[in-house]
Amino acid sequence: MSATDASARPGLARPRRRPGVTAPGSSTVTPGPAASRRRRTRRHYLTVTSFMAPALLGIAIFLIFPLGVALNSSLHKFGILDAPGTWFGLGNYRYLFQDPFVRTAAWNTLWFVLVMVPAQILTGLGSAMLLSKFRRSSSFYRTVFYLPAMIPTVAGVLAFVYVLKPGVGPVDTLLSKFGIDGPLWFNSPSWSKPSLVLLSMWGIGNTMVIFLAALLDVPLSLYEAASIDGANAWQRFRNVTLPTIAPVVLFISITGIIATLSFFTEAAVAAAAASGQATVGGGASGSFGYPQESTLTYPLYLYQAGFPQNLLGYANALAIVLFLVTLAVIAVLLRRSRAFTEGAS
Amino acid sequence: MKPHPRPTRLAGAAAIAMALLAIAACTPSSHPTKPIASPGSQASGDITFWHFFTDRESAAIQGVVSDFEASHPKIHVTVKDGQDDEKMTQAIAAGGGPDVGLSFSTDIVGKFCQSGAWQDLTPYIKRDKINLSDIPTPVLNYTQYNGKRCTMPFLNDAYGIYYNKTMFAAAGIAAPPKTLDELAADAKALTKFNPDGSIKVAGWDPLFGQYENSASHFAPMVGAKWLTDDGKSAIGTDPAWQQLLTWQKQLVDWYGYAKLTKFEASFGDEFSAQNAFEAGKLAINMDGEWRIASIQADESKVDYGVAPMPVSADRASAYGSGYITGNVIGISRGSKNPEAAWEFIKYLTTNTDAMVKLANGIKNVPTTFSALKSPNLSADPNFKVFLQISSNPATSTTPPSGAGTTYQDDMGAFVDKWQAGKVPNLAAGLTQLDTQINQALAIAG
Repeated sequence: MSATDASARPGLARPRRRPGVTAPGSSTVTPGPAASRRRRTRRHYLTVTSFMAPALLGIAIFLIFPLGVALNSSLHKFGILDAPGTWFGLGNYRYLFQDPFVRTAAWNTLWFVLVMVPAQILTGLGSAMLLSKFRRSSSFYRTVFYLPAMIPTVAGVLAFVYVLKPGVGPVDTLLSKFGIDGPLWFNSPSWSKPSLVLLSMWGIGNTMVIFLAALLDVPLSLYEAASIDGANAWQRFRNVTLPTIAPVVLFISITGIIATLSFFTEAAVAAAAASGQATVGGGASGSFGYPQESTLTYPLYLYQAGFPQNLLGYANALAIVLFLVTLAVIAVLLRRSRAFTEGAS
Repeated sequence: MKPHPRPTRLAGAAAIAMALLAIAACTPSSHPTKPIASPGSQASGDITFWHFFTDRESAAIQGVVSDFEASHPKIHVTVKDGQDDEKMTQAIAAGGGPDVGLSFSTDIVGKFCQSGAWQDLTPYIKRDKINLSDIPTPVLNYTQYNGKRCTMPFLNDAYGIYYNKTMFAAAGIAAPPKTLDELAADAKALTKFNPDGSIKVAGWDPLFGQYENSASHFAPMVGAKWLTDDGKSAIGTDPAWQQLLTWQKQLVDWYGYAKLTKFEASFGDEFSAQNAFEAGKLAINMDGEWRIASIQADESKVDYGVAPMPVSADRASAYGSGYITGNVIGISRGSKNPEAAWEFIKYLTTNTDAMVKLANGIKNVPTTFSALKSPNLSADPNFKVFLQISSNPATSTTPPSGAGTTYQDDMGAFVDKWQAGKVPNLAAGLTQLDTQINQALAIAG
């Protein structure tokens, strides 16, 4: 005990203070552990919020605000020229479930989701696997396979419609030399959708590049181990390649479904070109769905309802339903994705 | 479940609150129209003019615009061509758009007049004492909606049939058909098949969707009505529609729907030198008066004649009439110089010399009696047929509607199914179509 120790000096023992209790006569507050923790937490949250603010602002401006406006608009009836129109409650939604065009458009869009997305995945993966095998001139072949994806969409569709023109296009001309009577392609209600799927497979460059990168990332040691264990090509693909690239397949599936649910340009341009009708003055929407509404997708009908038919409130209701359906599809896919991707981890 | 941390909840609530506030704040500004000037005032300034024509026709418009500027040196017009109805509608809705807009057809009259997208021209017409009796009644009717005149007629398009004289002579047919029965008989007589049974030349392609074949253009052949007086669909209750569709389907079945579809797929584009009529694939084709100029410009060798559309046998007195649709012109609600805009519209739509120059250049039909009688109007005998169709009192057009092209689009989808044989009961199908159209009209703004 030192001479300065207060306890060594009789009468001068310092009273013990409980934490957080102010000593009588003392003017300063000593914060307790709980208050310090709260201050630290507040500072932490403030820091986090500051970093998140730009993203939150972007989401608010570009997602929440337009969504709010669309929802509000769907509860009114109006045209583009007399917004915001009059209150209509759920009238647009009631009509949506009676409108036969919605059934046709929804079915066509579902058809594209079920057929075009798998076709694109298979074509992209197949061509990537082929390209990954090339040793010599691989850059040349990659460029050639990727080129169609670089062609502007409208120009590509117009070229495709010409190539598949019944009777006079190059494809039908070639088929006729083999005695085959080619189908009517974009002019046939039965073949118009498959023709659009063929078009999408032709322009598969972006998907192919993503798959190629994923394939080249599969560790060679896994293949070697599988070969040593006696696995054949199919078994190596199923047990090594597929589980490893599963997250990429999931990503392509989700983005493909989102893109197909918004399928617009190719269907619109193909219908206008194949119909051969003049669209001068009235706009191209007069030929949407040609032939016989077989290529009328949900987004095309949404556009038609909103603009030429001047039913913008109804078009907003269609848009809200499309948004909810897309959310639901993605949610289901993500839930199911765990089972699909756990092999990758 | 762990509760969301507070900052995320706060951020979410803030975003939603902001959105709600933004929505509440987003009320469109009103568009007060400027009071019109007193009589005799001189308009001046710059105006913009949008139209849908391109190439050769756009050059013809520019010629008349230059004449206007020469006679009105204080007004300068900036012209933008290739602007269709959809672009113009979107521009006006966004608060912009041209001072003067020219629309392709009467389909926009309903929504533009109802919404005020184009200004009411009645004050200008009254002030300047425009003589509306110089305009044919059908034309006057399609340029207004519910008593509001927001457009003036620019030029109009009249439809008739073009027939290949060489093919007619080879088939021993002396004159173009006047009735639907004659049309069907001539179509069969003029059709030629390839050895494999496919169509080589069709006397007449009856399929809806081919070039200008549409329910709108066929309706005047039987006097079919689209809307009742109270604006509801009349398709299911007017027997003329059943008459027309039954006649059409019988001819489709004669050819074979699949054969016709395959034949059509080989047609060139409508506005190209490979147009099926110009290329000799069709002996008779329904088309507008503009085809005369196209045949000249394409240097087609087809030896053709023009006649009014045939009519049903019970309406023989209506022969000579047909379908017309008009280009219409108006002043956008956001125009900064409506007086100069009106001066320009008045020139284009009431000045006989200007209208005749436009009609001769574009080969469209003028819309005033003065211009129709002008000695300077093209003396082409084929063009004269369209002038007569246009001024025939029985000639009709599609009525304007606040729901734009809804009823025509719905009918188009129906006839597509009908001619493909997918409608088992026509009467029931048309009644259901009425219900569908009326539901769509009910949700229009």
